[in-house]
Amino acid sequence: MSQYHTVIGLETHAELNTKTKIFCGCKNEFGSKSNTNVCPVCLGLPGALPVLNRSVVEYAVRMGLALNCTINGVSHMDRKNYFYPDLPKAYQISQSFVPICENGFVEFWYDGQVRRVRIERIHIEEDAGKLVHAGDRAEETYIDLNRCGVPLIEIVSKPDLRSSGEAYAYLKTLKAILAYLGICDCQMQEGSIRCDVNVSVNKEGEALGTRCEMKNVNSFSAVSRAIDYESDRQTELLKSGESIHQQTFRWDDIKGKNYLMRSKENADDYRYFPEPDIPSVFISESDINKLAETIPELPNAKMIRYVTEYGLDTKEAEYIAFDQSLSQFFDECINTHKYPAKSYCSWIMGELAKHLNASQKGLSQTRLTSAMLNDLLDAVNSNVISNSAAKSVFEVLLEKGGEVDSIIAELGLAQISDTKTLESIAKQVIDNNEKTVQDYHSGRSNALGFLIGQCMKHSNNKANPVKVKEILLTLLG
Amino acid sequence: MELFEYKAFELAQMLTDKQISSSELVSAFINRINTVDKKLNAFITKCFDDALEQARIIDQKRVSGANLPLIAGIPIGIKDNISVKGLKMTCGSKMLENYVAPYDAAVIEKLRQSGGIMLGKLNMDEFAMGSSNQTSYFGACRDPYDTSKVSGGSSGGCAAAVSAGEAACALGSDTGGSIRQPSAFCGTVGFKPTYGTVSRYGLTAFASSFDQIGTVCKCVKDTAMLFDVISDKDHRDSTSVDKKYNCYNSLCSDAYGLKIGVPRELFESVSHPDIIDSFNRSVNLFKDTGAQIIDISIENTKLALAAYYVISSAEASSNLGRFDGVRFGYRAKDCKDINDIFIRSRTQGFGDECKRRIMLGTFVLSAGFYDDYYKKALAAAKMITKRLDSLFEQVDIIALPTSPETAFAVGDKLDDPVKMYQSDVFTVFANIAGIPAISVPCGVDKNGLPIGLQLMSKRFDEQVLLNAAYAFESAFEGIPKPRL
Repeated sequence: MSQYHTVIGLETHAELNTKTKIFCGCKNEFGSKSNTNVCPVCLGLPGALPVLNRSVVEYAVRMGLALNCTINGVSHMDRKNYFYPDLPKAYQISQSFVPICENGFVEFWYDGQVRRVRIERIHIEEDAGKLVHAGDRAEETYIDLNRCGVPLIEIVSKPDLRSSGEAYAYLKTLKAILAYLGICDCQMQEGSIRCDVNVSVNKEGEALGTRCEMKNVNSFSAVSRAIDYESDRQTELLKSGESIHQQTFRWDDIKGKNYLMRSKENADDYRYFPEPDIPSVFISESDINKLAETIPELPNAKMIRYVTEYGLDTKEAEYIAFDQSLSQFFDECINTHKYPAKSYCSWIMGELAKHLNASQKGLSQTRLTSAMLNDLLDAVNSNVISNSAAKSVFEVLLEKGGEVDSIIAELGLAQISDTKTLESIAKQVIDNNEKTVQDYHSGRSNALGFLIGQCMKHSNNKANPVKVKEILLTLLG
Repeated sequence: MELFEYKAFELAQMLTDKQISSSELVSAFINRINTVDKKLNAFITKCFDDALEQARIIDQKRVSGANLPLIAGIPIGIKDNISVKGLKMTCGSKMLENYVAPYDAAVIEKLRQSGGIMLGKLNMDEFAMGSSNQTSYFGACRDPYDTSKVSGGSSGGCAAAVSAGEAACALGSDTGGSIRQPSAFCGTVGFKPTYGTVSRYGLTAFASSFDQIGTVCKCVKDTAMLFDVISDKDHRDSTSVDKKYNCYNSLCSDAYGLKIGVPRELFESVSHPDIIDSFNRSVNLFKDTGAQIIDISIENTKLALAAYYVISSAEASSNLGRFDGVRFGYRAKDCKDINDIFIRSRTQGFGDECKRRIMLGTFVLSAGFYDDYYKKALAAAKMITKRLDSLFEQVDIIALPTSPETAFAVGDKLDDPVKMYQSDVFTVFANIAGIPAISVPCGVDKNGLPIGLQLMSKRFDEQVLLNAAYAFESAFEGIPKPRL
């Protein structure tokens, strides 16, 4: 009997961080006092009219270009009609018939290979307000309309994802791209990225199964849990000979369960029709080209390059590639062609990551440059300082910057490679550690290491460990 | 002659010449309203104190030598679907009975900037849905020529008020004939400009693709004067166009060589002989002034009314969604949950005609019906627009009756909505095509009820249209004033 496969499609909503809302001049700002960033337009007062914020169009086009989409030179806004207390006009202005971007794809590194997920469309729309339920009492619900009219893009994937892990990697990739483009704050806890998750299961070679949708899943890990839950549920049903009905659920991440919202038979009819208050959205070929020029090499491409060209492991490649300033720094280092990518990577993943984690800073808040790191590596490679001394210098470079040579001098960290000095240290260590010397001669392998360590200690970590070893070996015979 | 009987441009001259003060003028109109409005029911909200205060300010400015716009100090009425900050805006509905508008519509800003004085808010069919002003929650507005008859609608309050001298002029809205038809009924000049020439910002939407603010005046010259004030580009209305008019100063009554197309087949079925007679006499009058009359055919005319009602109802069903009892407007009492608030507030807050259009519009947009109704209606509208565009390559003006009938009795047609919808059969073309159209009085029927002549021109040809209307008005002997 063949196995069931999971098929996943994601609709990802990302709030754009334009200065103002999509259809009015109100501030697009999270965390303001309730119902203060509002005006007749976003309150849906009689007579108010929407005016499309051009930045929203540009942001969406940039995301479309990043996801290899066709950009529609003419697209339209449409109305999606439904009643809900957080939706003041009783319709959401969205794009149904002709979205601004369609037919794209995104590639990312997952499970040891490059995966490609097709993008069906990206469209622009407005967010709704927020219901605030006061306490447990059902009769007290407040509405905060600050979020009404916050611009969103909805990125709709084809059902090309095959596992919760892959969906997670896809979402992390989208998030990194949004951050690279600087068009979304990507604050999950503020709801700036949300997902609707479509899941179906089928057997190899069969047509796609009936899909179920889970609405408004708020974190990537919740998406992953929801997928596993739903895929298991559907598989169990099919195994026991039942069929799947097209249904929409609300995912409760705390309880780890799905709650039925509606079945296909009573699905909402949104009565989409063209928004008469907003003329067609035009974007010219030359504007598209100009926007294309603003798009840097993206994190997913970088990650693939780091893995396939420089042999970084997945974790390292992701850590560096998904952080714009880190990857910029890494690429700068690589472009100097002085040291192998791996050496830079180990400094980034080691001392730099440690420092950034501890200080809760980004690379841009440090003073480090690629030239400094190269100078430091030069000093280590030419035996001017030891590896451990280099760490101290690195710390100074991060905090204060400066010349590697002068930091070494200031800290008195220059490595001792002078044979005479090292010989006298080694002799002293050998004299003081008779027992270990005996151990060495009786073949204990770690004895030499201990003696080297003692030499380092005596030299305040300044001794050249390679030379120390040579000298010890000679002296011990 | 009483002050309220003068035309607005004459009053403007008298104000400029300091023969009268705005305070006197406003007081005269207030007296007139107090005398006659109980017979007409044109006003829903009156703001006399504020009007007098504004008049006093204008008078002071004038005395101190300020150079004021023509409209400064002139008393004006506003249809009650246009937002005026601090005033109730009911839209003729129980739904908004107590809604106070928190901001000014673009046209109200324009009026305030030019010193126009608002007397109050004028009666209308509920949310502008109706052709007789009988669907108003605040009662029908009546025709000053015969108060047993309807004023027409939906801008019935505007037409009645201007006709009866309760306002020197008025701002209305026209979605399918809502300015022109009541103007024909009440003997006023009703003008719907090109879609986009006057900002809709602050006009409560009925059918956004067709809605257009326009003017109701005593004469064409007043129309040009008021239109110049309100037309402008407004960045808050994305459908607004960048065009500024100066029609008043360029107004010219010469119709010589004007090509006027007459689509006779369109009104062959009009059963009212007086309307056909008046129309024929009007055409002859044009001929006498040197205009050239050309027979034309609009084609597919039967589709127009159906397309209009499908599209307008579809848009209305969406536009009226916001009246849900949650944030403002009427909310039903003792609701048990949110759906209960939605359903009962809307059931109790809307009148029958609104509900009918909401249901109609909801139906034509529903999955499975969209293609058969809404999409087909859009295609029909496009076809008619194209045809009119090509006709305007042959003619400057298209002339036809404004309405197939004169004012009918209060109570008539209320139980026959389709018959009521037929009232718009000649007016919807201009809304579908977005072209300007005007109704000017061209006679009275055997009962003394006014008849309107409708003229249309191509988009943005307001000057040509107003000139043609002005030429007609100058050549025509006029109709008697209403006796109240």
